[in-house]
Amino acid sequence: MSVEYENYLRMNKFPHYWCPGCGNGVVLKAFIQAVDELGWKNNDIGMVTGIGCSSRASGYVDFNTMHTIHGRALAVATGIKMSNPSKHVVVFAGDGDASAIGGNHLIHACRRNIDITLIIINNWIYGMTGGQYSPTTPTGTIATTMPYGNADPDFDLASLTIGAGATFVARSSVADPIILKNYIKKALTHKGFSVIDAFSNCHIQWGRKNKFGDPVKLVEHIKSVTVSAAKAKKMSPEELKNLFVTGVLYEDKDKKEYTESYFDMVKRAQSQTKGGR
Amino acid sequence: MRYELRFSGVGGQGNMLAGMILAEAAIYFENKHASYVPTYTSQVRGGPTKADIIISDNTILYLEANSIDYFMAIHPRTYDMYKSDSKPGSIIVVDMHMVQVPDEDKKKFKVYELPIVETARNKVGNVITANIVSLGVTAKLANIISPESLFKAIERRVPPKFLDLNEKAFEIGMSLVK
Amino acid sequence: MKRAVVANGNEMVVEGAIDAGCRFFAGYPITPSSEVAEGMARKLPKLGGVFLQMEDEIASIACAIGGSLGGEKTMTASSGPGISLKQEGVGLACIAEIPLVIINAMRGGPSTGLPTRIAQSDIMQARWGTHGDHPAVALCPGSVAECYTETIRAFNIAEELRTPVYVLSDAFLAHLSTKVELPGKEELKIANRLRPTVKPEEYYPYDTRFGDIPPLADYFSGYRFHVTGLNHDKTGFPNIDPVLQESEEERLINKVLKRQEAISTYENYKLEDAQIVVVAYGSNASGAKEAVDAARESGIKVGLFRPITVWPFPSIPFQEVAASAKQIIVTEVNLGQIVYEIERIMLGGRAVTEIRNGNLIFDTRHPRSSAELSTVLQANGTPIRPNQILSQIKEVA
Ligand SMILES: Cc1ncc(C[n+]2csc(CCOP(=O)(O)OP(=O)(O)O)c2C)c(N)n1
Ligand code: SF4
Ligand SMILES: [Mg+2]
Repeated sequence: MSVEYENYLRMNKFPHYWCPGCGNGVVLKAFIQAVDELGWKNNDIGMVTGIGCSSRASGYVDFNTMHTIHGRALAVATGIKMSNPSKHVVVFAGDGDASAIGGNHLIHACRRNIDITLIIINNWIYGMTGGQYSPTTPTGTIATTMPYGNADPDFDLASLTIGAGATFVARSSVADPIILKNYIKKALTHKGFSVIDAFSNCHIQWGRKNKFGDPVKLVEHIKSVTVSAAKAKKMSPEELKNLFVTGVLYEDKDKKEYTESYFDMVKRAQSQTKGGR
Repeated sequence: MRYELRFSGVGGQGNMLAGMILAEAAIYFENKHASYVPTYTSQVRGGPTKADIIISDNTILYLEANSIDYFMAIHPRTYDMYKSDSKPGSIIVVDMHMVQVPDEDKKKFKVYELPIVETARNKVGNVITANIVSLGVTAKLANIISPESLFKAIERRVPPKFLDLNEKAFEIGMSLVK
Repeated sequence: MKRAVVANGNEMVVEGAIDAGCRFFAGYPITPSSEVAEGMARKLPKLGGVFLQMEDEIASIACAIGGSLGGEKTMTASSGPGISLKQEGVGLACIAEIPLVIINAMRGGPSTGLPTRIAQSDIMQARWGTHGDHPAVALCPGSVAECYTETIRAFNIAEELRTPVYVLSDAFLAHLSTKVELPGKEELKIANRLRPTVKPEEYYPYDTRFGDIPPLADYFSGYRFHVTGLNHDKTGFPNIDPVLQESEEERLINKVLKRQEAISTYENYKLEDAQIVVVAYGSNASGAKEAVDAARESGIKVGLFRPITVWPFPSIPFQEVAASAKQIIVTEVNLGQIVYEIERIMLGGRAVTEIRNGNLIFDTRHPRSSAELSTVLQANGTPIRPNQILSQIKEVA
């Protein structure tokens, strides 16, 4: 079954703003396929983004969309979700947007377990502003603000979000678009805060500085630094050292979702005659 | 007529509540105008606090107390910190076991040294009633709100099961003033 | 029917918000505004509304913006450091034209400053705090009762103008309890944002066919649209065309300026024959009134001009007052903020009624003032006393 992309895209906004071959389009496409398979209605979907190349995604989809300010998409999305708990709210964010400037909002959205899906387009760099290093830039690699090789340790966003309380965390990459789509679909239907750590290629801002200026070569490189959870099981910690495990890395269906907890509290408040005068 | 009262002590002693009760007594039960301004440092417990109450027959425009008629201090720190706004000849009440009033102040003001905290602890039987003991003292000394009104305002604010205790505290407080 | 209650300024802000129809609050605790959050936390769940204590003030305003787009009347409250953190969000609400009320219980000092003490030091921040050219509306309640009525008015203006509105109370008003007379609920005027009536496919979020304040649809109501903090066109999509951006930037500011006669409220107190005019606002005006009364008793012809709305400043009414004054005394609990606006007006800086094609359009009805200007300023954490103002009145009388 083929997807009628025009049903989901604002066709008059194309051609898009991204560089040819950018992984952002691959992630967006996987997301639309997932929405299509779920049969969700455009009217019922909200997409919120921050600032960055990846955050431009909200302009291209024909949903209720908001392109906010750098790092704050999850906080805005929380407001949208709380005022419309029955609707689907999705956040697209860059690695910098989600984990540097927006890191505090990220851990607290995880902690609350609010029913929002966060798709991080993790291209290991600040793409939009020209290639400065981000919290996920691999240690030792080159960025405009790390011209001698990144001295900072890099973040594993899956471990971070699992630790912070997200109840569905999966990692995939633009090298495996079908698997990525399947994980996004699972994330969208998961009740609770779900995170997709989608490794993506910014061959322009990260790639060129690190000998991966060609998108195909960079996608190959992404493949070479990731390993599926099934394979990883059979590998020793030594072998896994510089690899990122992909797959559904965490799923918890028992932790209570936040809008439910909140509106349960509302019921309690309304049944009390005392207090809250 | 404008009458200004200041209750001071440290956080946790209940001075703020006493001030609020006084203002409410004036508004609810004597049909007067009153305002209440609490001042506290960032700490809630143990930090110096004061509550300023202004009672007037007319609308109160300026809402800060700066010419105090009645000042009550049950902590040495707040006595020094907050006495400067007291009018010459005005009433100052201190807890005699806590605050040492210098002789020069005794010449300037009408000073009453009373065992407020000790009375709450030993005669009423619970130290947390010190603020209500203070209100009893105030009913007698300031003579600005009638004891009946004050007690009605106390009733509004304290949990019913502690009402008897507070009534006792209020009466013993009044009796401290000979 | 009038209602009488005993309450403090923060409690009255809460009452006002609830009566204005606010059902969504996101905030972060800070002295001296915390009781606003606490009051909303008590009330909103009972009303089925949303109260969120977010992880910081940045998240709070962002979340309130989201709630507003979700269709709710939303509010956030803070003070000093927290208001500084909110500034980027204020700009987003301005350019995206999202109704929102921001309570600032002003406290002293830069940085952590004097957390529990009064100041009126955020007047200019309320005007210029966020970057870029933007509209500003800020209301300054002068009493506990006005904390109620001005909060309601803030919601009305936010809704009607699609813009964020500040209510600037202060540490003193926030915690001052007194008897307040509130208007009866049936007397309240409650405004709601204009929502679209056109077919969804004909809807644009910044469509000026319906006036300079376009209708705003709720998310998920069937009108799918895009909102961005980038400059945009009527469709809500980024646009950098200089001609369009000039008119859009001007529209943003003009929507406030053109309504300033209605928005910019003020009080004239004993001004009829006054040769000396005291300018004071917020809680500081009560001390100024007392000083005016005292000076009148000794035969000095003095009155008070009290802006209730500080932004846009009621310039035209002030010009009228200033034209016949010999002395103007500005008093504020800071080291000089509104005084610069006053000075500008006195020196002939007229009220701006509109910006048209890059030109400021001035109101030229009133002559410049030949009065002399002096000040009674103080930023030490305590209110300015009537005596201080009275001695300045006597000094210039
Ligand atoms: C408050 C603020 N600080 C900085 C910026 C500049 N800025 C825009 S996008 C960006 C980084 C984007 O990186 P990332 O989130 O990884 O997204 P990408 O462009 O890589 O998709 C920065 C620093 C901004 N817009 N706002
Ligand atoms: S700079 Fe990088 S992330 Fe941005 S569009 Fe180009 S390739 Fe994509
Ligand atoms: Mg990036």
